[in-house]
Amino acid sequence: MSFLEIIGAEKRFGGLRAVDGVSFALERGEIAGLLGPNGSGKTTLINLISGALPMSAGEIRLGGRRISGLGRDRIARAGVARTFQLVRILPSLSLRENVMIPAVFGRRAHWGREAERVAAGALDLVGLSARASASAGDLTYIDQKRLELARALAAEPELLLLDEWLAGLNPTELAEGVALIRRLQGEGLAILMVEHILDAVRALCPRVVVMNSGRLIADEATAAALSDPKVIAAYLGEEADA
Amino acid sequence: MIRLLLPPAALALLAVWPMMVSDYGLGLLIGAATYVTLASAWALFSGQTHYVSLATVAFYGTGAYAVAVLNEALPYPAVLLCAALAGAAMALAVGLSTLRLRGVYFVIFSFGLAELVRQLITWYEVNVTGTLGRYIFLDVTARGIYWQMLALGAATIALTAWINRSRLGMALRVIGDDEEVAAHSGINLARTKLAAFVLSAVILTLAGAITSPRYVYVEPSIVFNPTVSFLTVIMALLGGANRLWGPALGAVPLFLAFEWLSAHFPDTYPVLLGLLFIGVVFLVPQGILPAAERLMRRRAGA
Amino acid sequence: MLTTTLILGLVLGGTYALLALGLTLQYGIARIMNLAYGEFALAAAFLAVALFQGIGLSPLLSLPGIAAAGYGAGWLLYQVMMRPLVARSGGGGRLETDSILATFGLLFLLQGGLLLAFGADFTSISHLERGVDVFGVPVAANRLIAFAICVLAGGALVAALRFTRWGLAMRAVALAPGSAPLVGIDVNRVARQGFALGAALAATAGASISMYQTFSATGGVVFTMKALVIVIMGGVGNVPGALAAGFALGLIETFVATAIDPGLTLAATFALFLGVLLWRPQGLFGART
Repeated sequence: MSFLEIIGAEKRFGGLRAVDGVSFALERGEIAGLLGPNGSGKTTLINLISGALPMSAGEIRLGGRRISGLGRDRIARAGVARTFQLVRILPSLSLRENVMIPAVFGRRAHWGREAERVAAGALDLVGLSARASASAGDLTYIDQKRLELARALAAEPELLLLDEWLAGLNPTELAEGVALIRRLQGEGLAILMVEHILDAVRALCPRVVVMNSGRLIADEATAAALSDPKVIAAYLGEEADA
Repeated sequence: MIRLLLPPAALALLAVWPMMVSDYGLGLLIGAATYVTLASAWALFSGQTHYVSLATVAFYGTGAYAVAVLNEALPYPAVLLCAALAGAAMALAVGLSTLRLRGVYFVIFSFGLAELVRQLITWYEVNVTGTLGRYIFLDVTARGIYWQMLALGAATIALTAWINRSRLGMALRVIGDDEEVAAHSGINLARTKLAAFVLSAVILTLAGAITSPRYVYVEPSIVFNPTVSFLTVIMALLGGANRLWGPALGAVPLFLAFEWLSAHFPDTYPVLLGLLFIGVVFLVPQGILPAAERLMRRRAGA
Repeated sequence: MLTTTLILGLVLGGTYALLALGLTLQYGIARIMNLAYGEFALAAAFLAVALFQGIGLSPLLSLPGIAAAGYGAGWLLYQVMMRPLVARSGGGGRLETDSILATFGLLFLLQGGLLLAFGADFTSISHLERGVDVFGVPVAANRLIAFAICVLAGGALVAALRFTRWGLAMRAVALAPGSAPLVGIDVNRVARQGFALGAALAATAGASISMYQTFSATGGVVFTMKALVIVIMGGVGNVPGALAAGFALGLIETFVATAIDPGLTLAATFALFLGVLLWRPQGLFGART
């Protein structure tokens, strides 16, 4: 039994099958890339795992326990944390409060000192602890992304879903980001990351799953996938359309 | 230390105030205390979550009507308890059906709720009991009403202060900012919103029950007056609905202003109210208290 | 008995459908949740009555003018009151709360104005009350005329939205206000037109209601409520849905009024609203997401 099991996941929007019978698994502490051209269903799949969208068919299990069909909050408390493709922070709250929230309402439900300790630790990890009292609305885009990751980590998750978290970073920040993700994985976190920056995927993920038009077209070692004719055709198809 | 001692001292002062005023003055005190309570209770739910409830008078009127129906059958504390339970049941029904959906459905439902309850009670009274209008004969003095309302208002503000520091308050603030983030952080949206809405509704209902003896004669069209909902919202907004003292700060001056306006301009009064309301929404959308805080911060920063 | 309910229900439903069309345009296209909508319709009804009683002008003749005045008033209101709110929200979710609060204030402002101008009494005119036989059911001519107005206005609107360039722009803004500017649509202009057109429809509905219903200056909330329920039932911004749901509400109300009790029609409206919310929150005719 794997840690995360996705079995025949399916999501229909009217006649469109955004996710069409996708199955794969992820082990504890494993990191995998989720690739595919735009519109291939990657974010929809992230939404299905995190409970943001109800599944049309199929099942998702975490640690042997069925999480598909549960509410978003229960999936979060089961140990799944995520970031959003378009960064979402709570602008009217301070950085510390932003990060306290998942510590308080997440898997371990800390309160008081303990919650503050977890929040401070998460801010420290992303290098924002010096500005803990600042208002989150005043942050630059990059720092908002950092804050969003800190918020995901403060939930003390077992599975982290990253939706293009590295997008928009400059080369230095990218290197820092890659190092940060590697460190998280080293601490035993399972990570599934949607990412278009292939160099980062090569550096971080030994394995990738590739989607196209809602279907899984490859689930293999990264080097093999990136030279797989099916995968190349899927990406080229997108370029031909654009 | 002063912050801790000030509220009880002020409360004691407010409690002895009725000894020094005329009947008219006492009436004003009761009215001001009532609106401080209503606006604070409204803000307890709507201030943090931004779920605008337009149903204040649906609960207030239910409280008053519960007293009118039960005042001869049960002892006073039991009457209050029944009123609170009726308010809670109504809030549960409304909340369970609308609070899991987008905010606008809740607003729409709350918008029509007072009218619905008014029509249902009217229908019931006309068709089943055959009487429209009831008298309340209770052995409660005006001072007694004032003290009860003062206690309820103080309890509401204390409860809000306590909630603001609790997990519930934190969850409500997050919901007001971004529900999606709240849910993915592990907050149970429906339960959080429902808890705050029911608490707020019970206080609104009790406020209606406590003031009801002032009416003496109670009829659906009297106690379900939509102006009450309207005033409550504008008072809380003016003071600052997401601040502890904001609703109280908005309620007292506006209540006095409305009293004066309705006495001197009875005909144009609704028009003036509407203009004032629109003015608040446009000019101080966050309320006076947050605006003042921002001004102070800018001064301090400069 | 059943035929009577059916025909009277459809006739009532016609007015409701017209009332809801305007609201669905205002909310669907301009994104303004207008709680003062019923007061707009009421103002038109009072105007129609005043013109009839003052200079003997039949509502049927004053209707085009009242509709045009409604358009102008809606246009002005959008420019003066709604546009700043739209600008302030910057396309965010704040517009919904702001527009609800602002129009809640407007509701009391308009209601106060109506009370001041026309008093608190119930008003009605008996105009064209002669019965007309419809499949064996006598229906007052004024109700039939109101029904015809609804069918004409509703049908014209559906056709215009579906087959004209203007309608395409309207639908584009309703579906994707963020991307409409990319294809050269002036969202502000379209939103203003949608809001003004909604006000014109409210005025038309109000004027036709004045021909056969008794109403008072404080009754606007009920109109708004019914229009809102129809809009939710039909699916927000869905014009054919609003038409169908309007007829459905008319039928249900007439059935409740004749078979159970006229005092429970609003309760029936609410029960319907609750049922729709619990069963299909996206509306009876909306797409399931």
